[in-house]
Amino acid sequence: MTTRMNALTRRRFLTATGMIGAGVALSACGGGSESPGAEPAEGDGGASGYDGPNVELAFWNGFTGGDGPFMQELVDTFNSEHPNIAVTMTVSEWADYYQKVPTAVQSGNGPDVGIMHIDSLSTNAARNVIVPLDDVASALELEAGDFAEAVWTAGEFDGQRFGIPLDVHPLGYYYNKTVLESAGLDPENPPMDRTSYEAALEALASAGIQGHWMSPHPFTGGLTLQSLIWQFGGDLFNADGTEVTWAEDPGVQALTWMVDAVNNGWSAKDVGQDADAIALQNGQTAFNWNGIWHINTLKEVPDLQWGVAPLPNIGGTDAAWAGSHNFVIMRQRTPNEDKLAASRVFINWVSQQSIAWAEGGQVPARNSVRESAEFEALPEQAALAQQVDYLHFPPAVPGIGDVFADFNQALNEAVLLTKEPAAALSEAADRATKKLEENRERYDG
Amino acid sequence: MASPTTSAPARGAAARGPGARSSPTRIRRHAPWTPYAFMAPFLVIFATFVLAPAVLGIWMSLHDWDFLLPSRPFVGLDNYTALFDSTSAVFEAFWHGMRATAIFTVASVPFLVAIPLGLAVLLNRRFPGRTFFRAVFFMPYVLGVAVVGLLFRFILDPNIGIVNGLLGTSTPWITAQPWAWISLVAMTVWWTLGFNTIIYLAGLQDIPGELYDAAKVDGASAWQVFRHVTLPGLRTVHLFVVTITILASANMFGQALLVTNGGPGDSTRTALIVMLTEGLESFRMGSAAAMSYLLAVFLGIVSIVQVLAMRERRPRWRS
Repeated sequence: MTTRMNALTRRRFLTATGMIGAGVALSACGGGSESPGAEPAEGDGGASGYDGPNVELAFWNGFTGGDGPFMQELVDTFNSEHPNIAVTMTVSEWADYYQKVPTAVQSGNGPDVGIMHIDSLSTNAARNVIVPLDDVASALELEAGDFAEAVWTAGEFDGQRFGIPLDVHPLGYYYNKTVLESAGLDPENPPMDRTSYEAALEALASAGIQGHWMSPHPFTGGLTLQSLIWQFGGDLFNADGTEVTWAEDPGVQALTWMVDAVNNGWSAKDVGQDADAIALQNGQTAFNWNGIWHINTLKEVPDLQWGVAPLPNIGGTDAAWAGSHNFVIMRQRTPNEDKLAASRVFINWVSQQSIAWAEGGQVPARNSVRESAEFEALPEQAALAQQVDYLHFPPAVPGIGDVFADFNQALNEAVLLTKEPAAALSEAADRATKKLEENRERYDG
Repeated sequence: MASPTTSAPARGAAARGPGARSSPTRIRRHAPWTPYAFMAPFLVIFATFVLAPAVLGIWMSLHDWDFLLPSRPFVGLDNYTALFDSTSAVFEAFWHGMRATAIFTVASVPFLVAIPLGLAVLLNRRFPGRTFFRAVFFMPYVLGVAVVGLLFRFILDPNIGIVNGLLGTSTPWITAQPWAWISLVAMTVWWTLGFNTIIYLAGLQDIPGELYDAAKVDGASAWQVFRHVTLPGLRTVHLFVVTITILASANMFGQALLVTNGGPGDSTRTALIVMLTEGLESFRMGSAAAMSYLLAVFLGIVSIVQVLAMRERRPRWRS
């Protein structure tokens, strides 16, 4: 009796454990064999509203900063105007978000609607995380002419549209008026070209102020260096994203200008992450090139006298880094037509409210909104929107984001004065070229 | 199977026999399967979250694995050979990561073992406020790495940090070497020493008081007591502490990511950061799995060497 129980239990126990193990392994493998692509893009893309049964939509994004409440407000308004659609917004850090979303989509627990940066669209399209949205674009009557060209083309991959642009968020030129005044400079007219910028930095230096802290970190140094490379007439990659070009002359000139600022005493040495932005708030420096999202942060600092303008032209050509938030629809394991229809209604609706979003500190992607009187009434955003015709985005190549680690390392080594700019850039370019080659094999194969 | 089926009925019959209660047979305290039942919850979790992923990881490391791409070609040992091929895209990142992990482990483990040991000996004495101080030293350990990381990033900032502000220096605590390593080791020691201290304290309380009495009778000095009574009494605890500290240091991740972001250059980009980037940002999971198996092999070798080096030796004076 005891024996049989014993044997049975043991066997049953082993079987059970084994099955659990196998189940985990299987479920981890499963689902991958689904065909790639794509729910059919049909219907009117959400222009005529949604009259189906009640649906709940999960909407994920990474608006953890001051922009989060503005998006939540839009979602709340949408929910109250659309009784049969209930959108729930979930926010996580962007870095986590980009790791979480593909996993969730793969396991069938992904959100219905999401936001992605323009440089992540091609990677996620190639990896079947998101589905084409050509029908939404045509329903919204979106055409190339409605948008800045760079924003519009960067949302396309393989001949299909994967993102509906919500905004562009360019790099801007922030200045502390009190500090400028203390060095005898005009606080209302910050220098806008290389000669006057360097003269101002020299004047600040003689007043004991390091005027522009060069960050050796991706934020904001990486964005600054990218802008400068374009200003000096170069680019990070060739047009189709197959070659790394940041180690060519314009790249070296751009990085050398940043390093010289450190050597000339125009910048502090060893600037930590975020220290450049904090120094501007504290009145320790005069200039900071930072993202448009910084507007709302500075507005909250009491008694700070500051202004913002388009980037000064250091390299000879007007250019600035920018990102862009795009609406995307996630691939579902079992597509639900009602949810897809409601998702399109939601995207359509928010896209038309982009002036409310602009108050959150962004430049609307649509030309019509950007040229409206309401937008002109937001002086800071409108100042940065002047750059819209010369903003740059990375090429729409899957996996292009992988090589920015190398780019940022070159910046870090050079600005911290441990490597010569040319050497740092070309070593980084060698590593990045190998990654781009590997990516081509992966995503084409 | 043979022996239980033949022997167990005999025991069962004896137990149920008429004279069972009075006869001096061995009392059965538990059913034969009881130990397994007690272990089952752990084994289920172990199999689900350790064993199955580990096996799947080996499988992944033999493929060009991206869980979202339809084709995951079998590549044999290519992911492993790439790690030893200096022309591959991963070679430099991986070995720099391994070097960073090795530097941190070698630099941090001695402090993470010696300081808690000393603290434990002090906190084991009787003095007013002892419980308070035990809590104080343990307290940082309950903070999350995000809290500690962000805190130290601003405390140690070379230009706007409070440390340089108070000292009146401009030491590049987190932007130049060797300062970045010194900062990371120091903050890790401050943050986690409470854990090892508690383990040592528990170990100290297991050393019989008679040994100390005997040492006192023999006229041993404080150092001799520590060297010949305390240290030998802590041998097994010591082995445990050193092992888990090496493993914990080799898994250093959050501090470097948050405080130095792998910099300056890539000097503090540890092996785990490299694997995370490779596997979860570039989605080259086969390659990342191969890296983690190679790291696991290294750590296995280190652990074996260390257990061999620290196992109980026959005292020399007896032979």
